[in-house]
This record gives sequence, C-alpha cells and structure tokens, in this order.
Amino acid sequence: MYDAPKLETALDQQDIKISADKVQVYYGETHAIKDVSVEIEDKTVTAFIGPSGCGKSTFLRTLNRMNDTIDICRVQGNILLDGEDIYHAKVDPVQLRAKVGMVFQKPNPFPKSIYDNIAYGPRIHGLANSKADLDVIVEKSLRRGAIWDEVKDRLHAPGTGLSGGQQQRLCIARAVATEPEVLLMDEPCSALDPIATAQVEELIDELRKNYSVVIVTHSMQQAARVSQKTAFFHLGNLVEYDDTSKIFTNPSDERTESYITGRIG
Amino acid sequence: MPLSWLVIIVLAVSAVGYYLGRSRALAAAGGNSRDLHSLPSYYGANVLMKIIVPAFGVMVIWLLAQPLIIDRSVASMIPPSEIDEGASIGLVMAEVNRTAEGIRNAVAEGTMSREMAEDGRAEFVDFTQRLKDAGQIVTSNLSATIVRAAQRTNEMVAAGNMYMTALVLLIAAAGLGWGVKEAKPLFRARNVVEQGIRALLIGAASIAILTTIGIVFSLAFNTVEFFRLYNAWDFLFGVEWAPSFSGRGGSSSLGVIPLLWGTFYISIVALAVAIPVGLFAAIYLSEYASPKVRAFAKPMLEILAGIPTIVYGLFALLTVGPLLVEIFGEGGWLGVNWQGGGRAVMTAGIVMGIMLIPFVSSLSDDIINAVPQSMRDGSYGIGATQSETIRQVVIPAALPGIVGAILLAASRAIGETMIVVLGAGAAARLSLNPFEAMTTVTAKIVSQLTGDSDFASPEALVAFALGMTLFILTLCLNVIALVIVRKYREQYD
Repeated sequence: MYDAPKLETALDQQDIKISADKVQVYYGETHAIKDVSVEIEDKTVTAFIGPSGCGKSTFLRTLNRMNDTIDICRVQGNILLDGEDIYHAKVDPVQLRAKVGMVFQKPNPFPKSIYDNIAYGPRIHGLANSKADLDVIVEKSLRRGAIWDEVKDRLHAPGTGLSGGQQQRLCIARAVATEPEVLLMDEPCSALDPIATAQVEELIDELRKNYSVVIVTHSMQQAARVSQKTAFFHLGNLVEYDDTSKIFTNPSDERTESYITGRIG
Repeated sequence: MPLSWLVIIVLAVSAVGYYLGRSRALAAAGGNSRDLHSLPSYYGANVLMKIIVPAFGVMVIWLLAQPLIIDRSVASMIPPSEIDEGASIGLVMAEVNRTAEGIRNAVAEGTMSREMAEDGRAEFVDFTQRLKDAGQIVTSNLSATIVRAAQRTNEMVAAGNMYMTALVLLIAAAGLGWGVKEAKPLFRARNVVEQGIRALLIGAASIAILTTIGIVFSLAFNTVEFFRLYNAWDFLFGVEWAPSFSGRGGSSSLGVIPLLWGTFYISIVALAVAIPVGLFAAIYLSEYASPKVRAFAKPMLEILAGIPTIVYGLFALLTVGPLLVEIFGEGGWLGVNWQGGGRAVMTAGIVMGIMLIPFVSSLSDDIINAVPQSMRDGSYGIGATQSETIRQVVIPAALPGIVGAILLAASRAIGETMIVVLGAGAAARLSLNPFEAMTTVTAKIVSQLTGDSDFASPEALVAFALGMTLFILTLCLNVIALVIVRKYREQYD
C-alpha cells in the first residue's frame, strides 16, 4: 500500500485487521464522527447499524479514504490497516483502495460488458500478464460473486442489462477481482428484493472465508443473520461494539436496546 | 377606419366581456363563488377567449387573403398587350400596386382630391404629374390602363376593409353574447379555458413547424426551377465552378463538387481544432476544476459563443491569416513556401474551430455531469485514479452524448458563412493543400445572390439548389446525431 511495493514478509495471522483509534470526521463545520475507536477482525463480518445520519456510512468511507473525494471532509485520529496508518502521507489512497474494496448501496456496473466490468480493476493494477490470466481472474471473481452460472454464456453482454440483484453481485465480483483484503459494503441490499438479498447475504457469508467484511445495514435482521460482530452508532458516536449475539440479546447500553427493540431510530 | 382602431375596439370589447362574464357568473351564484363550478375569473376568461380568438382569427385570414383576391381580379383587367417585352405580369402588378399606394398617400396628404382619385375618366398625364408633385415614387410611363387598374385596386381595398371591419365587429359582438350567456354556475368554464390554452400552445407549435415546411418548399420549388434550366447531373457531379454572370457569352459551369469539398475541408479543420480543445476543456471543467474556477471559466468560455461570426471573420482576416503566412508562407519561420495569401482553408478552419469550442465544451460538460457519481465511486472504490476513471468509465458512459454534440458542431461548421467569406477566399478549387484559398457552399450562395441578380437565370437559381444541398446535409447530420444519442443513451435509473 505504500507507493513503493515492499516484499511481503511471512504472514503472521493477525486477528485485528483494522484498528481505528479516536477517529473524528468533520464535514465543513459539522462534526460527523465523534471519537470512534473500533477494532475490526480478520475473516469476520462486522456490521455497522444505527439510525439514518448516525455516521456509519461516513465511518465506513474513512476506512478506504473514499472521503478524500469530498473536498470539505477532514479526518483526524489513527486508522491502522495491518498496523500501518492509512492516513500517513506516504500512503497512496489509490493503492489503498485496491486493498480495501468497496461495494455501494446502489448497484453501479460500468457501461461496459460483464467481462470488462470484472477485468477493469485487474487491468488497472496490472494483475494479469496475459489474456488467459485475465480470463482466469474473471471467472474466479464471478464464481466468488456467485453469479458465474448466470452470466457465463453472455460475458460480453452489457453489465447494465442484468437485473438489480445480478448487478449487485456483479459489483461484488468486481470488487473481489482486485484481491482486496477487506471488503466494505455500504447497504449492499437496500436496492434489492428479498430473493436477491438472500443471495447476497449467502455470498457475504462465503466471502468471510477470505476477507474481512464490513457491512453497513439498516436491517437489524440482516445484521443478526450475517455478522459476527456488530457496532451500534448513534449521532456520530460509537455506542456499543460487541459480538452480534450479545448486542441483539443482551446489550449493555440503554440506547442500543431502544434501537434494536424499535423505540428509537 | 385604420386597422389599429379595429384592434383596440376588439380588445376593449373583450375587456368588457371579461368583466361581464365574471360579474354575471358571480351574480348568478348569489355572490358566493363557492357555488360556481369554476373560479369567477375563468368565466371572464371564457368570454374573453370567445371574443378575441374568432375575431382576430377572421381578421388575420382576411388580411392575408384580400391582397391575393384583389391582385387576381385586377390582373384580369390588364390586356396582354400592356405587358412589355421581357417583363411579366408580376412586374406590371407591382407597378399597379405602387401606383395604388401612391394615390392613397396623395389623397391622405391632400394633394389629390378624393373625386379625382376615384374619377375613372381622369387624364392620366395630369394624374402622373399630381402623384409626382405629392412626392410619390411613380415611374414616368404610367399608362391609362395602369391608372385605371390602380383605381380599381383602391376601390376594392376600401370596400374590403369596410366589410372586414363590419364582420370582425359582428363576430366580436356575437362572441360577447355567447360567452356572457354561458356564464352560469354549472358551466365548466375552467375546462373550456384549459382547452383554449391547449389550442393556443398547439397553434404556437404548428407555426414553427409550418414555417419550416414553408422554407423547405420555397427551396424545393426554386431548386426544381433550377434543374429545369441546368442539368442536375452536371450540378451534382460537376468538378468545375465557373458561373458567368450577365449571360454575356458562354455558359456557366455550376458543379457543386469543389464547393462541397471546400465545405468539408474547412469543417474538418474546424472540428480538428474544436473537438480536442472543447472536449478537454469540458473534462477539466466538470471533473477537475474547483467550483470557483468553474463558476468563472464556464461563462468565460460561453462568451465565445456570443461573439458574432463576422467578428470571427475579421479575426481570421486580420490576425490568423497573416500569422499563418508568417509561419508557412514564403520566407516564413519554417522556411517552407506553402501559403500564398492570408485567405486559406487553414485560416478559416482554425477560426471556425475556435468558434465551435464552446458548443462542444458546453454540451459535453452537461453530458459528463449527467454521468452519475456512483459510476465514479465504483471506479475509485476499485483503486482507479481520476484520469483512469475519466478515460475508462466517464467518457465511455458519456460518449453517445459527446458524439451528438460533435455532430451538432459539425452541422454548425457546414452552415457557417461569414468566417469563410472573410477567411477562406472565394476561389472554388479542388485541392488537398490546406494553405490554399477555397470556398464553401454558403459563401457561394452569398456571392450568387448579392448585387443585381436576375432570378430567372441559372446563375442565381443555383443558390437555391446549393441551399437545398446544405439543408439536406445538415439535416442528415442532425438526424444521425439524434439517432445516436437516443439509441446509445445510458438510462441511469
């Protein structure tokens, strides 16, 4: 993730993938994220829940520096990915985003063929040495996106012609094609019907084998179904962060309980 | 009664009608507007509509038809012997109308008595003198027939105006009566007014369409007339353009190919300048520029579009032409001797390109802005840089619109005249050298029709054929642009 690539040292499997410490985010004068500290584990699905405007999407976007594209946004505090500060001056945000992939609320396939949608990232980052390499990457990614069987016969049809659920799985496949280590998902199912949602949720569970997945969701059932850890945000504060089972059965904070039982939010 | 008085009277009647309709409806509902089907003002508007529309409609039709009918009737009075050799009945009728107007003006000024103006046996020599004394423009050879015809015209105009006034006032009164009678609580005035507004809008749209059709027909008739005098094959495929004016000796060669070549060559140079500059400017403005820069730069760029093309022509003639000669001309900076004079394809093309920059950039900018942010987010989220995102996601998504913008710019380039007249010269030439003077279809239309032209000769009529050629060319380009834009437009939600 530094500008100059360095040799991979022998991978000692850390449990903590991302560690955020006293993160503050400001939009102009607005203090959007207040003093958030959270440790996101590897090979785990972490869900961010909370009412609209509580800052969960903003915080998600600080994790791969997508907020850099917004002029008035300022971030303070430390966010470490594998122990390295991602806001350090040496870090190239473009390289960082290849490592921390992102899937958005609305499916946003590029106006290209299905094949080119997937090949986009690998081509940019030079991950394939030959056409055959690229074919392998595309197939692998589409399989991981659980959409290979549906599109293998029409790889060169436009990606925008797929149904909403297929488009979203295509976007997930596109995100995993660059071999990220973390996958950020910003309400990936909010534009999908229940069947497509179920497919994507199944896929998220699959992805957990290889990646650390962070998902923002408005659906508490979804958080309970797919995640192992849950963070509850309220008014820019991280109220509670714990095992999902504990959050949903025995929350320690009153506000969390009010939210999951439907009294606020 | 002058026309303006008639208009004022009809408007006054309609104002009274509005008031009457409104108050009568209110009175019928016992002063309680909630018992009315529509707001009181709708009853007034209904009366107003029923007065103005038929009255003015009849008036306009009458005013258009009256001169035609009078002309036809008077023309039958003129014996064929009265028409000079080489002149047509149209010329004689123009003379008659001029005399008729002269008589009217002379009577209005008081230099001629009404009796004399209407006297069928008046001595026409004396008549002519009186008209000249009154300062009316009359040719010396007024004949008795023309004077009689002019008098007859005047009689018919006077009668026609009287009938029209009577008819229009009658219709206005009838409309008033009808509308006021309708002003009852249950009458759905609101819906009627709604239909009236709809008809008004349809009328406006049809005028635009009918005018276009009218222009096409006038072009088409004259083009057919031209092809009757000149071989269509020679026009369409002739490679020489050498019109001989005044018909003195020799016939003209009117081949359109050199002109079309000049048009295309200059347009291509212009687009070669305008597309890269305009497109890159649009990309900078929409993707890279901060809001402040954009707020300043976009209007600045659009000022270019507001400069009259004749000013661009001057710029080409006085600045760009000499500059190019200094670079490419004899003894120039490059030491090549390609360009003889300031007027050249390059001169006109470059300046025309500058003129087109705002077209390309402003349209492309709107189109690039219409590409949803989610596309860019998707690309950034994968780890693409800004220029990769623009090149591989934004531009492909915006491409159909950009192609449409370019084709629109191309049809502007093909139709452009003043820059070419001043910048490219007047020599119709088939050559590949962009530093030579050439000319275009539009410039030749101007030169064929300026000065005294005899509209019966192929040398003048060719202008209509050229116009038709241009019209068809730009029409095709516009249709292609529309089809491309429509077919490949990305449907974002």
